[in-house]
Amino acid sequence: MSMLTRKLVRDLWLVKGQVVTIALVVASGIAAFTASLATYESLKRMQASYYETARFAHVFAAVRRAPNAIAPRLLEIPGVAEAETTIAFDVLLDLPGVLEPMIGRMIALPDHGLPAMNRLTLMAGRWVDAPESNQALVTETFAKKRGLRPGSTLTALLNGKRETIEVVGIVLSPEYIFAAAHAGGDDSNFGVFWIGRKRLAAAFNMEGAFNRVALRLGGVATAGASERAVIDAVDRLLEPYGSIGAHGRAEQPSHQAVTQEIGEQRVFGIVLPTVFLGVAVFLLNVVLTRQIGTQRSQIAALKALGCPDRRIGLHYLQFVVVIVALGSALGVAAGAWLGHLLTGLYAQFFHFPSLDFEMPLWIPLAGAAASLAAAVGGALNAVLRVVRLPPAEAMRPASPPTFRPTVAERLGLGHLYSPAVRMIVRDMERRPARALATISGIAGAVAILIAGTWWNEAIDYLLEVEFRMRERQDVSVVLAEPASTAAVYDLARLPGVIRAEVDRSARVRFVNGQRTHRGDITGLPADSSLRLLLDDRLAEVPLPPHGLVFNRTLAERLGVAPGDTVRVEFLQGKRLARDVPLVALAADLMGLRAFMDRDALNRLLGEGDALSGARLQLDGAQREAFLKRIKETPRVAFAIEIGPMIRYFRETSARNILIFTTVLSILAGTIAVGVVYNNARIALAERAWELASLRVLGFTRGEVSGLLLGELAIEVAIALPLGWIAGYALSAFIVGLIEPETFRIPLVVGPRTYAYASLIVLAAGAASALVVRRKIDQLDLVGEAIGRRRGRPAAKASISPRMCSAMGVP
Amino acid sequence: MPGPTDRVDRNAACGPGREAVFVARGLTKVYRMGEVEVHALRGVDLEIYASEFVVLLGPSGSGKSTLLNILGGLDTPTSGSARWHDHELATASEAELTRYRREHVGFVFQFYNLIPSLTARENVALVTEMAANPMRPEEALELVGLGDRLDHFPSQLSGGEQQRVAIARAIAKRPDVLLCDEPTGALDYATGKVVLAAIVRINRELGTTAVVITHNAPIARIADRVMRMADGRIAEVTVNARKASPEEIAW
Repeated sequence: MSMLTRKLVRDLWLVKGQVVTIALVVASGIAAFTASLATYESLKRMQASYYETARFAHVFAAVRRAPNAIAPRLLEIPGVAEAETTIAFDVLLDLPGVLEPMIGRMIALPDHGLPAMNRLTLMAGRWVDAPESNQALVTETFAKKRGLRPGSTLTALLNGKRETIEVVGIVLSPEYIFAAAHAGGDDSNFGVFWIGRKRLAAAFNMEGAFNRVALRLGGVATAGASERAVIDAVDRLLEPYGSIGAHGRAEQPSHQAVTQEIGEQRVFGIVLPTVFLGVAVFLLNVVLTRQIGTQRSQIAALKALGCPDRRIGLHYLQFVVVIVALGSALGVAAGAWLGHLLTGLYAQFFHFPSLDFEMPLWIPLAGAAASLAAAVGGALNAVLRVVRLPPAEAMRPASPPTFRPTVAERLGLGHLYSPAVRMIVRDMERRPARALATISGIAGAVAILIAGTWWNEAIDYLLEVEFRMRERQDVSVVLAEPASTAAVYDLARLPGVIRAEVDRSARVRFVNGQRTHRGDITGLPADSSLRLLLDDRLAEVPLPPHGLVFNRTLAERLGVAPGDTVRVEFLQGKRLARDVPLVALAADLMGLRAFMDRDALNRLLGEGDALSGARLQLDGAQREAFLKRIKETPRVAFAIEIGPMIRYFRETSARNILIFTTVLSILAGTIAVGVVYNNARIALAERAWELASLRVLGFTRGEVSGLLLGELAIEVAIALPLGWIAGYALSAFIVGLIEPETFRIPLVVGPRTYAYASLIVLAAGAASALVVRRKIDQLDLVGEAIGRRRGRPAAKASISPRMCSAMGVP
Repeated sequence: MPGPTDRVDRNAACGPGREAVFVARGLTKVYRMGEVEVHALRGVDLEIYASEFVVLLGPSGSGKSTLLNILGGLDTPTSGSARWHDHELATASEAELTRYRREHVGFVFQFYNLIPSLTARENVALVTEMAANPMRPEEALELVGLGDRLDHFPSQLSGGEQQRVAIARAIAKRPDVLLCDEPTGALDYATGKVVLAAIVRINRELGTTAVVITHNAPIARIADRVMRMADGRIAEVTVNARKASPEEIAW
């Protein structure tokens, strides 16, 4: 081992506490980076390979009823490689012992064999062998949540008739990787079933017809522009059959949710590690500058002995390399573990046939390389300064520090504070860059904590605002077919119904120049009290008698503002097209929403007074009776109970957020410890002499610690509010990167989040301060105060005789 | 009362009837430096009387600083007793020693040990703020001839001026004893004399007991008594029949 290497090892050992804390910050950054990106890559790969093996369709279309005879014409559309038609209906389910209404999506299996597209993966049981029977396959999620096994039976309301369905197989489908996306977030009440086509056709009078189309595009047609052309062609072909419009994968709910979630992983994988790396670079810079400062005379001696500058520079850069290497090794190990955890977490929601977490080699390499580059870049300055120093100058101690009165004192406010405070403030003013960097580091930790934990409050807010203030019903009922308003009286007569308000929902395409969006207009009764339109400040937006109200997300998507006119093409009924003014905006957070007065909507549709669903307010005491009856009401396609949905949403999201928050707290805690501990240790090393002098003068340990830690306390006090602001900004930045299509995450950072972030950082700071406090207690008064020269910090290591002799010096 | 090592001494300044401020008996101090034991003190007995000016003379390694540090409550002996009035310093706790330093001892070191971020006045105020009956910082600095340098930072002061600030800081709380370890060690000849004059003036005008370490034999002439140390013991004690003033001496 060369003597310089030996010196490196010993120097590192001397500052091992600092080495470890900085390595941990580097490790945190790399762990966040590798875990997020590897999870992102793994999920993306799992999604892509699943889509490929299961032959997930590219284009989807739904019609009311189209004859099988036109199916071959789908294949004539340029760019379409494969086409498959089927039948699908949503029905009410009844399971023994389950009170809540559940929805079953019944999808027809081909008469012969299995679907060629959107292929199913059999997880348990067997395939359906009698297409005319009530044998069915069911999605694994629903089977697990409701305890269904091959052989289980349940009741489904097929076109108003109660039928017993027999589960024979448990399956996965690429269309329902995230089934909850099809069911308003709650997949425990939403099951997808595959049943013989003959059986389903018979039940819904769909013999010789289809109502669902899946297409795979071929050759060059996979590009977005061609997809658009195919969709337009499909729409033209199917329009006479009651098409509600074809769409690509982008609008397929499960795909949309999974893709958005995967995308968020990437956002976190890039944003958070950047902050960590920034802090690590700052720490390395400060520690190395300090380390080099204490070794000025040694460096001079090395130079005098003829050691080349390059070798000396390299020696100090090795210091950085060792720390980064240590941090990288730890970080990659932690990142792999964390990535596994995250991927496993996703697997509970995203149902892929196989779960294989994989960390491509480039991810840890990129993380380590970025850390190393940043760290070396940060340390280079300090190293170069020393390398350039002429030996004779380096031999002399660094010039004594110069102080001057602080700004406050020059303003005549000096008398307001004691000499002790003056010492602290002047010290900070003398090294503004370091004080600023410390403050930024601590503020960074606070910001990361806020950006990682405010989601909890945001989701609480979202649920509160969306489901208590906007949607105030207990149960939403959707009818199988639009009915006359007289039907409302049937619903109002159900047990426990306190209030019933009927909606008219219409499938439309909105057009504004090049921008289009396919969605629904919800027609609300003029006196609606179970569904309110609210603006950003939660003030009620009155429902205009004519014209549209959009939520912000939809208005942005179409590029329209109140006062503009939007082309509305109805995709049902007489398929009229109308120009309708946008009158006002609402601030609904979930989805893309359009509202109108119900009567105005019916007039636009050219239909009489019709309704398609209802919102019901229930007497809780009669819930059971109501739910029993609703399941037997023929015209009801399905009913959703809001309460259990919110509970489910809260439970699942709370658990995920808890895991996420815990991990982030640990990571941000390492930053806080890294910054506070290193700064305190450096301040202690630099000022040991000064502090020991004060102890000699009769200052107690507490008073001396107060002086040293007082600076840190002031820095933390300044950093906290800055961290709050930065955390809010970082949260806003992250929200900006997330597509608001499924739901717009409200940027609600409440006192709970601020308090939590502050407490974690304070605790980490206090713990590091305690460690340093112990070092102060062990301060060697005689050695430090008397034995050393003024202005030169105590250097623990100097050139050893052995080192000199090894270099050929007698 | 005269101790066993006081072989030659006795004079008017410290004769019977004067109160002994410090009484040490059989003081030893052994440091462990790695695997080597260093015997810094090998049995020291002494008395130092109120208002006395004592110079500790000796080569480096003779134990002067160790003795001064024990008397000042910075260090504790390995064995033996060191009493300040009726307080035993050898067995005092860390907190008691801190209080002792805070209330009764003024220190001056070779390298001034000023706080660089505080002005001269503030360095003194640092001590007066926690003393029971201090003089004003300005008064203390006036005493050492720095009445016109009150608001200068250490980096704006010469070495001699810095050392005089250190003296002002040491005496501003009106300590019972002033302990100086090589106060002129880092100073040139002329500046050293100014600093010594300041210490002498404090001793004379305030009656503060002063113990000054030096390895410069001529400086010993300004003391009442001179204790010559060698190899961890007090080898010789001499009494100056006539105290020289700092202006008279040369080294």
